[in-house]
Amino acid sequence: MKVEGVNVTRRRLLMGVSIGAGSLVAAAAAIPLIGFFLGPMYRKFPPVWRNVGPLDKFKIGATVQVDLLTSGGLPWDGPAQRIGAWLRRNNEQNFTVYSSKCTHLGCPVRWIPSAELFMCPCHGGVYFKDGDVAAGPPPEPLQQFPVRVKNGYVEVQWRPEQVQYTKLESPDTGCSGRSTKLQQIKPLDREVV
Amino acid sequence: MRALKKLLYGVLDWFEDRTGLVSKLKPIMEHPVPKESKWAYVFGSATLFSFVLQIATGVVLATMYVPSTDSAFQSLSHIQNGALFGHIVRGMHYFGASAMFMFIGIHMLRVFLYAAYKYPREVNWISGVLLLMLTLAMGFTGQLMRWDQDAVWSVNIAAKQAARLPLVGDWFSRFVYGGDHLSGITLTRFFDLHVFLIPGAMMAIIGLHLYLVLRNGISEPPKAGAPVDPRTYKKQYEQLLKKEGVPFWPDAAWRDALFGSLVVAVCVALAATIGAPKLVPPADPSVLQANPRPDWYLMWYFAVLALSPHNLESYIMFLAPLAIFGTMLALPFFFNRGERSPKRRPWAIAWVVIVVLGVLGLWREGVEAPWSPRFQSPPLPNSLPSSAPVAALHGQVLFHDKGCEYCHTINGLGGLRGPNLSNVANRLTEQDMVIRILNGGRNMPAFGGILHPDQVSDLVAYLETRRLHPGPDLSQAR
Repeated sequence: MKVEGVNVTRRRLLMGVSIGAGSLVAAAAAIPLIGFFLGPMYRKFPPVWRNVGPLDKFKIGATVQVDLLTSGGLPWDGPAQRIGAWLRRNNEQNFTVYSSKCTHLGCPVRWIPSAELFMCPCHGGVYFKDGDVAAGPPPEPLQQFPVRVKNGYVEVQWRPEQVQYTKLESPDTGCSGRSTKLQQIKPLDREVV
Repeated sequence: MRALKKLLYGVLDWFEDRTGLVSKLKPIMEHPVPKESKWAYVFGSATLFSFVLQIATGVVLATMYVPSTDSAFQSLSHIQNGALFGHIVRGMHYFGASAMFMFIGIHMLRVFLYAAYKYPREVNWISGVLLLMLTLAMGFTGQLMRWDQDAVWSVNIAAKQAARLPLVGDWFSRFVYGGDHLSGITLTRFFDLHVFLIPGAMMAIIGLHLYLVLRNGISEPPKAGAPVDPRTYKKQYEQLLKKEGVPFWPDAAWRDALFGSLVVAVCVALAATIGAPKLVPPADPSVLQANPRPDWYLMWYFAVLALSPHNLESYIMFLAPLAIFGTMLALPFFFNRGERSPKRRPWAIAWVVIVVLGVLGLWREGVEAPWSPRFQSPPLPNSLPSSAPVAALHGQVLFHDKGCEYCHTINGLGGLRGPNLSNVANRLTEQDMVIRILNGGRNMPAFGGILHPDQVSDLVAYLETRRLHPGPDLSQAR
């Protein structure tokens, strides 16, 4: 048989059919396989409000840890669906809830009450009590979760934290290279030895 | 006895008649290799022995390990504390991984020093680089299988790093998590990678690597003044083998067998005596008093992340691996001919020294982690004379309470992030100290908004007592 100047022998035809059919079937089988493997990446986790305790449980000016449950968990998630966050009661009705993940590389920041600082154990990131970067490598302030008071209870909205995608520029602010809070130098109010 | 021998030979004859494997394998096992390929050549097979040990112990561990975030740690606890020989098998897996990292590194350095990546062994080298990358991936994913506090925070760190990739960062971050945050799927995906995908890829590439070793032959030890010329190399190599080649089995292979057996024996002995690292608290992202650290073989990278200049670290995170592995993969294409002897390639020796010292230096820094605050530092013991002012006593307490001690050392206690303040009064005036405390610096928070003026005074009063006696009194000098 001759098709447009090419001799199609029986052998060539069989090769074409074998490779073509095999490729088609492989592609058909690969679609669900790849879809299954990559599917979880595109799951949506809707924001959810979590009750973290009655209003009077939290002292004004204090920062304490609260635990939140994520949403859309699977039955075998276990502790993986829990996260810790830092809740600060600013005044009677005003709260701020900070993510516990360092904005540098995601290590767990811990609150040091006496120093009024959040400190990261991994690479030395430090944040002020309002979540602003105080020192070290973090490129951004601590992320915050929405918080509200409802029926005498404090509720925190869990939602997936944003990851700083493609952060290629230095967030340097000021001569120190960090967004440290430059303070006015105050004269000492008494003699030191 | 004779009857048993006859029976065995009979079975072997039957097997050979049906498969022909023995007659096929014999020439492979007895293929000629350069006579001088001796002990320097055993590290590749030692890596293979370690890999086989990993497969064997991994298969056994997988019979009890449960890859679920709800139960992984409990199953590992049972393997460690309840299962028969469980702690030894887990230890063998741990030390096998360590051996594999060590020997693949030494093997690659030897190949690089001997320039065995040159013609016709370019693909041998490329497959070796791919195996190094996959070994690193196995190390990382293996650490996550423990599903302890280190593991759970390591996933976050990996996702954050992946997110720094331009354009595809979002996709890679989701790939690491198996979603947009940590969940039960995260562990099962890493289990899949650690147990199926990466080992499968490694087996395929090891097969290719071994096939190429047979096809292209074991590189002869390099001689100065005998450069590789692709036009003549194969003929010269064949002549060398004809002249002084020895059969691989047993003349050369006995060293591989002996050294590989020694490696496995040491792994078993270490597993039985020292054992795998103790299990730390199970993974719970709501426990924030964690201090995540990688396993020893990735400790150098931990240091890279901490020591990179802040404004360059995003570039370093994705460009450095690209540059390092890209250069390694490209190496045989640019230098596939010429001298092989290290005596004629001083730059190769320099590179090996730089790489070894660099990795060791970073590893040491990673282990010490001077950039990490020392939360566990105890309060400073009172070292003040009885004549010291009350303010200094208060300052000494504040030095601990306000976290100064987490980053500064005084008399051997405290952190290493900031300067040692044991004799700070010898180099800073009172005003210098106040400026630093209130304004902070690149790696120090500004305490101006945190400390009350009285507290600043007390701290400075204490630091003023920290001087080497007798020493220059800068405050007076200025």
